[in-house]
Amino acid sequence: MQNVITQNRGLGFGDLIASRNRTNTATDAVHAKIEVRNFSFYYGKFKAINAVTMDIPANRVTAIIGPSGCGKSTMLRAINRMHDSTIGAYGEGVLRIDGENVYGEDVDSVLLRRTVGMVFQRPNPFQLSIFDNVAYGLRVLGMRNKRELEQRVEESLRRAALWDEVKDRLHKSYGTALSGGQQQRLCIARAIATSPEVILMDEPCSALDPIASLKVEELIDSLRNQFTIVMVTHNMQQAARVSDITAFMLMNRETRAGELIEIDDTDKLFTNPEDKRTEDYISGQFG
Amino acid sequence: MKPSTNYRWRKLVDRVMRGATVAATGCAVIPLVAIIAYVIALGGSAMSVSFFTDVYQPPDLPTQNDELINEEVPFNPDDPFANLEMPAPESTDGALAGESAESQAVANAYAAGPRGGVLHGILGTLMITGIGLLMALPIGIFAGVYLSEYRNERLATIVRFSSDVLSGSPSIVAGVVIYVLVVLQTEQFTAIAGSMALAILMVPIVTRTTEEMLKLVPEAMREAARGLGAPTWYSTFTVVLPTALPGIVTGVMLAFARGAGETAPLILTVLGSNVITMSMFEPMAALPLLTYRYTESPYIGENTLAWGAAFVLVVLVLIVNILVRLATRRVGVTR
Repeated sequence: MQNVITQNRGLGFGDLIASRNRTNTATDAVHAKIEVRNFSFYYGKFKAINAVTMDIPANRVTAIIGPSGCGKSTMLRAINRMHDSTIGAYGEGVLRIDGENVYGEDVDSVLLRRTVGMVFQRPNPFQLSIFDNVAYGLRVLGMRNKRELEQRVEESLRRAALWDEVKDRLHKSYGTALSGGQQQRLCIARAIATSPEVILMDEPCSALDPIASLKVEELIDSLRNQFTIVMVTHNMQQAARVSDITAFMLMNRETRAGELIEIDDTDKLFTNPEDKRTEDYISGQFG
Repeated sequence: MKPSTNYRWRKLVDRVMRGATVAATGCAVIPLVAIIAYVIALGGSAMSVSFFTDVYQPPDLPTQNDELINEEVPFNPDDPFANLEMPAPESTDGALAGESAESQAVANAYAAGPRGGVLHGILGTLMITGIGLLMALPIGIFAGVYLSEYRNERLATIVRFSSDVLSGSPSIVAGVVIYVLVVLQTEQFTAIAGSMALAILMVPIVTRTTEEMLKLVPEAMREAARGLGAPTWYSTFTVVLPTALPGIVTGVMLAFARGAGETAPLILTVLGSNVITMSMFEPMAALPLLTYRYTESPYIGENTLAWGAAFVLVVLVLIVNILVRLATRRVGVTR
């Protein structure tokens, strides 16, 4: 049995990774954009994640993988304090972006989210025109100049590889009238329009068909050197294809709190994981 | 398989129960159908051009007794009733017997068809209800936003409960409150007081509809706006409210329909009028008031006008309901 696992180790992820022309690894990363130190998160009395410590490098794609309920979404949303409106939810420990503690007392979560953009699991464009969707964040920031707005919207839609598909109906079509994949790329365009430094993606492809997913993946690939991207995904192949760094989280069976098992360069984690549990998970032994 | 007795019994019970529900539904619909049929049949006969273009016209009574009315009667404040004796009733028997031409004219006036119209009532209803709605809208919508977007605060629970109590309370209560607080203070029946009373009745409808419609807006929309660094008030006004707009419009129109049909609060605040008044600070006519007054009238013609006024009210509410349907058919969150 052990033999079989060894043979199947990584389910051929090695080939997948080798086929990609990888240039980025954690070791050549400039600095840690996000530092997580002994960070725990609670929903009331329930501890959802326990003592996570990791560094997320700048201008790289970091994937968080793990089975359902391991706290990976909670971890992601803790980074821009999306939990603030949830009653009884609070974080403990240190979570720093560029050395500044996100959970510090004088941090304004509204301002924080202007630095840390977010893309959600289900595409959630506003019921506004395509243009107004992308311009939304810019208008929040107070941009009123029409020409400037047009320029930024076009630039964002081009970077999101959506411009050619929607340029003729920017004002005519609702964002909600697009197809699922287009909606998700619109949401990404909306998120990058304000030039955030970090973009959080919560299973950005799980509601999309394979072709739409591929387009979104290509888009993430094209953004990799401009933003610090943290994505949660259920799809291990996707993590292997898209990310530079992968973190594996797992729920502790006794405390039911999510814990970080391992974080490493994606190729290393998928081909030569240090922890037995990581190996079991990526080889499909459970989860 | 051969149907057993058990099966037949089951079928029978099913039919009886079904029949009972159909019968009960019929009983529930009968009053509605009867009302509409009655109003159309009797109100329809009042319809004419002058009904919509004219205001109140007094009955065509003979004017021979004018000198009685115009006669100078010295008023004695110590004994106000001293000179208020009725004229000698000698001619009354004659009038009943139809002896003189004068009494015949009086009898004709009682039996005559409708004179004049209800234009003053239509304008009055639109103005009183419209101004009332303008008062209720900002309060109702802001309260609805509060209940929906800040729903976890304790005050929200209290407001929600009070709002339900208010929408269930009898409309005369709103009339009495405004009567005491406004009419008695200003010593004047005014249209604006009526608008206030109607606003009290409309606020809970607008509040609860707004709340319910806002709750239907997916949480993902709010999250998206929050994720872009938008403060709650900004996302509420740019994303949440516009998405829920068709549903809110429904509530607003239903509130208008409710207000337009209210009678009791208007009796205590607006009083009524026989002419077109454009000032909100005077008594004013309204369709429900005309229906009420004319129904009590001894003149047959005015009774017909009452049916006509009721007919116009029903049509007004119907139009509002159709507009609601059209408004909610558009894209967006609806009921």
